[in-house]
Amino acid sequence: MAETQAPVQRPLSPHLQIYRLTLSMLMSGLHRITGLALCAGMVVLAWWLLAAATGQNAYGTFEGFATSWIGRLILFGFSWSLLHHLLGGLRYLIWDLGYGMEPAEREWLVRANIIGSILLTVLLWVILWVSGMR
Amino acid sequence: MTMRTPLRRVLGLGSAKTGTEEFWLQRMTAIAAIPLTLAGLVLVISLTGRSYPAVRQILASPLIAVLMILFVLATTVHMKIGVQIVIEDYVYDKTQKFTLLMLNVFFAWAIGLACVFAILKISFGV
Repeated sequence: MAETQAPVQRPLSPHLQIYRLTLSMLMSGLHRITGLALCAGMVVLAWWLLAAATGQNAYGTFEGFATSWIGRLILFGFSWSLLHHLLGGLRYLIWDLGYGMEPAEREWLVRANIIGSILLTVLLWVILWVSGMR
Repeated sequence: MTMRTPLRRVLGLGSAKTGTEEFWLQRMTAIAAIPLTLAGLVLVISLTGRSYPAVRQILASPLIAVLMILFVLATTVHMKIGVQIVIEDYVYDKTQKFTLLMLNVFFAWAIGLACVFAILKISFGV
């Protein structure tokens, strides 16, 4: 938690706006954004569990939300955020271990992250639909 | 006005000695959350379209309840650290920063406790 108050005016190191935007930079931001979105996802999870623990009526209210088009859209967004954050986390674990740092490998990993998360989300909802989504 | 630079004022004071616990905990909870999330997705798929009594009965089974509690614990700890890092990175004002850091802790505890309590209540069937 470093403070940023410098008593003397000094030249600043170049920041984001200096560099050409790359996909991995964008994906770093997206990892944080999906993580923050999942905080709201946790609220929905808590609502679902509390509703199930409370009773039939409370669960019916949740079901009403979850099966409405806006509810579905929100849950679809959360499922993509979850899968994207999960794959992104795997990517960071690979990098933490020191693998996949070459330019071509980096590009491959960020592309696999975004394409994989979209494909897996669609796959998940196809499975949900097949397994009797109401 | 002092001629000393910020660097001079901290030199010799030594490192903070701590600081890697959260880095490590964030990775541990991330790794734990991978299989738990996959289990959670399988659970959601299997619960889809089922009636309320059936959902309660499935959530009440010990194995599923334990997996769900582990999922909630891993993700809420991971969430608390993750949001804390975002606040520390982007909020510069001291009052705002500490307010948000505190609210973040309250939020993580509230969500974690609510989920765990609900799972236990369903499991014990009262």
